[in-house]
Amino acid sequence: MQALYAQLLVGLINGSFYALLSLGLAVIFGMLNIINFAHGALYMMGAFVAYFLLDLGGINYWWALLIAPIIVGIFGMILERTMLQWLTGLDHLYGLLLTFGIALIVQGVFQNYFGSSGLPYAIPDQLKGGMNLGFMFLPVYRGWVVIFSLVVCLATWFLIEKTRLGAYLRAATENPTLVRAFGINVPRMITLTYGLGVGLAALAGVLSAPINQVRPLMGADLIIVVFAVVVIGGMGSIMGSIITGFALGVIEGLTKYFYPEASNTVVFVLMVLVLLVKPTGLTGRAA
Amino acid sequence: MKTRSIASFLLTTALTFAAAGVASAQDKTVKIGALSDQSGLYADLGGPGSTLAAQMAAEDSGLTAKGWKIDIVSGDHQNKPDIGTAIARQWFDVDKVDVIVDVPNSGVALAVNNVVKEKNGVYINSGAATSDLTNAQCSPNTVHWTYDTYMLAHTTGQALVKAGGDTWFFLTADYAFGAALERDTTAVITANGGKVVGGVKHPLNTPDFSSFLLQAQASKAKIIGLANAGGDTTNSIKQAAEFGIVKGGQKLAALLLFLTDVKAIGLETAQGLNFTETFYWDMNDQTRAFSKRFAERMKNNAPPTMVQAGVYAGLRHYFKALESLGGNPHDGAKVVEKMKSMPTQDELFGKGEIQPNGRTIHNAYLFEVKKPSESKGPWDFYKLVGTVPGDQAFTPLSESKCALLKK
Repeated sequence: MQALYAQLLVGLINGSFYALLSLGLAVIFGMLNIINFAHGALYMMGAFVAYFLLDLGGINYWWALLIAPIIVGIFGMILERTMLQWLTGLDHLYGLLLTFGIALIVQGVFQNYFGSSGLPYAIPDQLKGGMNLGFMFLPVYRGWVVIFSLVVCLATWFLIEKTRLGAYLRAATENPTLVRAFGINVPRMITLTYGLGVGLAALAGVLSAPINQVRPLMGADLIIVVFAVVVIGGMGSIMGSIITGFALGVIEGLTKYFYPEASNTVVFVLMVLVLLVKPTGLTGRAA
Repeated sequence: MKTRSIASFLLTTALTFAAAGVASAQDKTVKIGALSDQSGLYADLGGPGSTLAAQMAAEDSGLTAKGWKIDIVSGDHQNKPDIGTAIARQWFDVDKVDVIVDVPNSGVALAVNNVVKEKNGVYINSGAATSDLTNAQCSPNTVHWTYDTYMLAHTTGQALVKAGGDTWFFLTADYAFGAALERDTTAVITANGGKVVGGVKHPLNTPDFSSFLLQAQASKAKIIGLANAGGDTTNSIKQAAEFGIVKGGQKLAALLLFLTDVKAIGLETAQGLNFTETFYWDMNDQTRAFSKRFAERMKNNAPPTMVQAGVYAGLRHYFKALESLGGNPHDGAKVVEKMKSMPTQDELFGKGEIQPNGRTIHNAYLFEVKKPSESKGPWDFYKLVGTVPGDQAFTPLSESKCALLKK
């Protein structure tokens, strides 16, 4: 029984990453109508930027949490301005193919320079060590990841669903012409939104750097699962992706306990089942 | 009219003799296929470095100066047996490749083993670990150069059991290699009075090991055996440190650890780990000299891993065999037979031999990862703990199940 609680907690930790990443995807899909396949590559860039900040500039983890998302977010905004904006109004497929191509290029470049086995990034001193919870040993850093990502997820949800800025944003996706008539610069808003989604991916990258190796393919390994999360949660639904992210982390953790061989596929089995029963995803609206 | 027919007769005769002459003189062309994981979790320990090692072996053989023509092609098997065999087939059928080298990932290696035998090519495997290559699935066309699961189990495994680690829990990569390593190590543990109390099989290329590590922790086993490799091993070790496993009194056994893995983990976390390799760049003047030349040509100036060193040494021996045959007969079994008949001797692995089952025998070394304070340079990672002579490290012929031995 103890072991089971431990698995639940570990699942929640992984779920934090799924939630953060799928949240960014959901924001981008909901507002820009782009299936952002480059998300994994941008998550990886977040981790690499954190590594460079520390290695070359001596800038520590805490600053990296702030700076890396901004740097990668700016990179994302450049992508949006120079490439993605031309796809407005076209079928989803074009966005998917373009971002997939971008992801392959970015990963290829990083792999060419840094190899595949990765670079070490140490846990910051303040978060080292762990505590004995009785049923398991919880590394302090992992506890921090859960709490931090929960706060970020809820803040993002609040920003988009409950504030005036979020209302503009949602209105702009429904009817850009009308919103523009009110004097709001819609293209700039779209660019900033993409930057926000990308920043969330980079933030998850920084969070994961001390736990996983900083590797060029770290995003590629994760992105398919995250897409499954988004599909199960319902494309574009913010709360749906947050809840599904955490829930799938837990389900995956339990699978690792009961039948580890299936732990890589359980998410997809769920995805198939959900799509068969409810094609729009658990909380998705019909298109 | 008459002169013309005489001329044509002479010409035809001359051509016939010329053609016969070419056929009888030995063919001096060789084509090498370096088949590896070029972009996945094993790319740094083999990959482009293995292709470079093959290139250097060809240059250092001195055969080109004697009129030989050596070509090298490389391929990416992506850790998928079907892709690996497809490349191997195309290489033999279309590109007329003579010898396939490297092939890390035991699943791919065993599949390619069958293709090479069927096409009567030469297979010098350096990257794969499974001892089945020279045991149950041995082939007259295969030489297994660098290391195998039997050797890893009988060096690292045995040393740890003898040092008091008598209860084990396995974290095993769920494919041919993990299964073979767990099987061979389990045999050593039980033979030495130890016990395996549990284990978990994880999918290849798993980013998160926390669930598995928690199970290992709960098992209370003294030793947690890592029957995995490359990125999987580095992630397990790093995350084990995070969960306080070693601090809690359990010991990690990295049954297979490469130079590039230690680099990726960092000495801070990796220090004190015991493991076995058959080659380390900083062993002696000869290995240092070679490694220097190698690193200068590598993208990140990395010295060779044991897998890459094995590709080099295996090919050097192959070239020696070809030279003593006086040319390339394009008959894999014949060349391998010649390779087995000659003792091996090179600057990287020292003296050795190739047994009738295809297993190359040379020394194995027990290493310990240095503390950060002991390391003097960017690749100064290992402390030599002990040397195991080849005849004790590898499967004794009396225990081998290889069909080639039954005559």
